[in-house]
Amino acid sequence: MNFKTLINHPADWMQGSGPHSDVVMTSRVRLARNLRGFPFPGYSQEHQRLDLLNLARPVVEGLPEMAEHYSEDYATISKIKKQVLVERHLVSREHAARAAGCAVVIDARQNLSIMINEEDHFRIQGIRPGLNLRSAWQLVDHVDSELEARLPYAFDRELGYLTACPTNVGTGMRASVMMHLPALALTEQINPVIKAIGKIGLAVRGLYGEGTEALGNLFQISNQHTLGEREEDIIAAIEKVIERVVNNEVNARHKLLEDNATMLHDQVGRAFAILRYSHVLTSKEALNLLSLLRLGADLDLIPDCDRGLLDLLLLEIQPAHLQMRAGIELSPEERDVRRAQITRTRLHDLKGPAEPPPPSGPAEPTGGESPP
Amino acid sequence: MKCDVCENEATVFLTQIINGQMTTVNLCDACSKAKGVTDEAGFGLAEAFLSSHPPSSHAAAEPACEACGFTASQLKKIGRMGCPECYNTFREGLDNLLRAMHKGTTHKGKVPARAALIPDNPPPVKLLSPPPRTEPPAQPPPPPQLQAPAKPTVAQLREQLENAVREERYEDAAALKKEIDRLNDAASTTPPPST
Repeated sequence: MNFKTLINHPADWMQGSGPHSDVVMTSRVRLARNLRGFPFPGYSQEHQRLDLLNLARPVVEGLPEMAEHYSEDYATISKIKKQVLVERHLVSREHAARAAGCAVVIDARQNLSIMINEEDHFRIQGIRPGLNLRSAWQLVDHVDSELEARLPYAFDRELGYLTACPTNVGTGMRASVMMHLPALALTEQINPVIKAIGKIGLAVRGLYGEGTEALGNLFQISNQHTLGEREEDIIAAIEKVIERVVNNEVNARHKLLEDNATMLHDQVGRAFAILRYSHVLTSKEALNLLSLLRLGADLDLIPDCDRGLLDLLLLEIQPAHLQMRAGIELSPEERDVRRAQITRTRLHDLKGPAEPPPPSGPAEPTGGESPP
Repeated sequence: MKCDVCENEATVFLTQIINGQMTTVNLCDACSKAKGVTDEAGFGLAEAFLSSHPPSSHAAAEPACEACGFTASQLKKIGRMGCPECYNTFREGLDNLLRAMHKGTTHKGKVPARAALIPDNPPPVKLLSPPPRTEPPAQPPPPPQLQAPAKPTVAQLREQLENAVREERYEDAAALKKEIDRLNDAASTTPPPST
């Protein structure tokens, strides 16, 4: 399967479905695995990475789950293609920074990606829409067992799966959930929530992993410990925390509607107006406004606005996606113009925010301005 | 917040957990992009290491992995192992490190079906893909911090920090920044191992 075919068919996890999908965008589980007899990729030379790649790639491509797949060697892939895969979370930023001796194999539905020679020999990643870590775990668990039957894994009875970094040793599993938390951000409850999550041993990161800013009120929450617990227990513990955060967010949304409806309608209305009519949109502005629009859609403030449309748009306006569509490299200024253009087109058929019901009870402050 | 390299406004924040403590490296847009995903030489450091320290040269000086030649000081510096066999070589002292990182020191999760075939004390595995001993590949010169004196000054550490950021060794960068902060604060100790 070629790159274009892969990219032109959006995966189900990109389309705003799945359990708790109003708050949880995706669930991902990745396993770090290595082979005995080969140095870890970070301490190997190119010919050693190539030896491993030549041994492993046919096995990965031959997996039943990869019956239809896209497979690309990093010796030949273009920068833009790599970046598109990063924007789709199909490869990590760290893997994308690497070159010869590395490859990625992705199943046609983009639910499964296997990076070869990332920090570890294999990073097996499963993605599911909404809150569904169990299903993502079942997928990667199954694929892992198939690989293990064909390749000599580095495993120690006491330490578990041996990984390049001791922070991943044991299960080698990182389970992460991408959450959209606009109401907690608007009501300034987000920092205490993040702190509380950190205290119980989970990590909170921005949209593109370690070190990235939490743009668009999107937060990735994942486990940090990999040794001393069973995979199922790690996942159950994260899901419990996530469900609590989902409740916090949903409550904050309802409270906003009850106590601060004018502010909420104003924010959503402004977001719609700028996204629908502007001609220059930076990435940061677009992500933050799309977050407000998604909140408006979830609360039915915008009639007939499909969450999936917004989630796809979120991908389409990323820098590499814009450049791939254009077929040429674009300067940041050119990207801002194209980003606005695509956004206007995608939102063209939306009706815009519904007129809110007149406030009952005591009138809300209007800032001294007369209504239009 | 200022960029740790060039004093511009930082927009990228790299957070690492080191010895259970969070350390952050702050970079501006330009510095992070300049050193970012566009860098095709993501393996530059390891190869610089390998060319400047061929495995055979370590043997006499300090404990090194029989299979891959990785040394204890490299482990301390990079915070990562050289090959799976390194876990046996550097097993002593590993438990303390693991205890600080994890919920326990014993694996309780999935066991591969093949694990039953692995003996309790397997002999060291020879690398299936050994490095060539005679002709090291043409590599960029090793980063200057590899030969840094034992007690570097704040200025030297800042230089090392810039190098670390340039080479995307963010864990080293985080450790260096922590060390600079500590030197600036009060008494100096040796930098903690990267985790």
